[in-house]
Amino acid sequence: MTLLHLRQRSGYLFLGVMLGHILLISAQVNSRSGVPVLEAVTFGIFSEIQRGVSTGVSGARGVWGGYVGLRNLKSENDALKRQLAAAEVAAQEQRAQVDRVRSLEQLLELRDRSNLQTAAAEIIGAAASPDFRTVTINKGTRDGLRPDMSVIAPAGVVGRIVVPSARAAKVQLLIDRNAAVGAIVERSRAQGVIVGSGDERLRMEYVSEVFDVVAGDLIVTSGIDGIYPKGFAIGRVETVEKSGSAYKRITVKPAVDFSALENVLVVLTPTAAREAAQGPSQ
Amino acid sequence: MKSVGIIVAVAVALALQTTLGRFVPAGTIAVDLVLVVVVYVALTSGPGIGLLTGTFAGLVQDALSSNVIGIGGLAKTIVGFLAGILGTQFIVAQSLPRFVVFFGATVAHAIVFMGLYMLLDLRHFGAPYAAVAGQAVGNAVVGVVAFQVVELLPGAVERRRSQRTRLRR
Repeated sequence: MTLLHLRQRSGYLFLGVMLGHILLISAQVNSRSGVPVLEAVTFGIFSEIQRGVSTGVSGARGVWGGYVGLRNLKSENDALKRQLAAAEVAAQEQRAQVDRVRSLEQLLELRDRSNLQTAAAEIIGAAASPDFRTVTINKGTRDGLRPDMSVIAPAGVVGRIVVPSARAAKVQLLIDRNAAVGAIVERSRAQGVIVGSGDERLRMEYVSEVFDVVAGDLIVTSGIDGIYPKGFAIGRVETVEKSGSAYKRITVKPAVDFSALENVLVVLTPTAAREAAQGPSQ
Repeated sequence: MKSVGIIVAVAVALALQTTLGRFVPAGTIAVDLVLVVVVYVALTSGPGIGLLTGTFAGLVQDALSSNVIGIGGLAKTIVGFLAGILGTQFIVAQSLPRFVVFFGATVAHAIVFMGLYMLLDLRHFGAPYAAVAGQAVGNAVVGVVAFQVVELLPGAVERRRSQRTRLRR
C-alpha cells in the first residue's frame, strides 16, 4: 500500500485502528490475570535498548567530560594553573568515589541490618511515559527476581517489581498512582494504606478519625500486604486534615528522594504474609 | 524509507524519554517526547501516516509502561489523525499556529487517555489541570523548536557550502 493510498483511505484506516484498539483494551480489562505477554516481551527487548542507551550515555558523558577537560588544559599556558586544574579534577573524582563508596556502604549496612536476602541493583532507565512512575533496574529473573518483590534503599521503601525480564526488571515506584502499601504510624500504631499520587507526595488513606496522627510522625510498612517487609520507613506525615466523618486525609513526604536514586536493593526473601499464603507445602 | 525514519524517530524519542525521565523530579513539568514526534509526523505527513505513527508509538509506550495496552495507543491514534487533518486543512507553518496545535494535541491526548482510564475505573487522576497545562506548554515548546531546527538545518548547510566556495575563489 502506497502512502497516497494510505492518505486517501485514512478515514477507514482510522476507524479500523480505533476498533482494534478498543478490542485490545477490552480483552485486557476483562482478563486480570498476570502480566500481558506483549508487555513482558516488549519490555524484555526494550530493557536491552535502555541498557545500551544508558551505557552509551555514560560513555558519551565520559568522552565529553574528557574532551572539555582536555580543551581547558590546552587553553591553560601556565603550568601551575594546569596542575591546579588537574588537582581539582582529581579531587572531584575522589569526592565522587567517596560518595559512591558511602552510598554502597549504606546499602551494605542496610543489607546487614535488615537480615533479609537481597540483591543490589542499579537503575538504568525511567518510565517510557511521564504518566507513570517506574524505573528499570539492571537485574532480572536470572538474578532471582520475581514479580511483587519489594525494592528498598537506605532511606526507605522504593517500590516493587512489576515486570521482570531475564536481565532487567521494571520497578513501580511508591509515588506511582497505581502503587499502594500497607502502612502504620510508628508512634500511635494507627494503620492505613499509603497510595501514590503521581507527584512527589504520598497519601495515607483509611486512617480512622479517632487515631492520633500529627505532622512529623514516621510512617513505616505494616507488612500485611504480603509484598513489603514490616518496619521499613515510607516517609513522614506532612499534613493531617479531616476527610468526611470517618477518616483523616494525610499527606506524606516520602523518605526516599526518587529523582536522585541510583542504587537499590531488591528483597529476595519472601515476607511472612506471603509465606503464610503459600502454605507449608511450598 | 519514510516509515523507517518515523520508527527511528519514535525509538529515539522513547530512548530520550526513558533516559532523561530519571533526572526530572516527579510533579514537575514532564514533556512527552513521543507525543511530540506523533504530532510532528502528523503535521508534516497527513492524517493517514499520523494515525499509524500514533498507533505504533502509543502501543510501544503502553507496552513499556505497566499500562493497559491500547489506551495510550488509542489516544495517540486520535491525536495523530486530528493533527494530520489540521495540517492538511490549515496552513500550520508559523510558530504560533504550531504552538497551538501541539498545545491542543497534548490536551486532547490527556482528555482521551485519562478519560478512558477513569471510564474503565482503572485509575483516578484527581484534578490534573496544572500538570496537563504544564505538559502541554512543554510539548508545544519542544515541538516548535523541533520544527525550527529541522527547517533551519538545510539552509545552514547551504550557507556553509556557499561560504566555502567563496573562500576557495
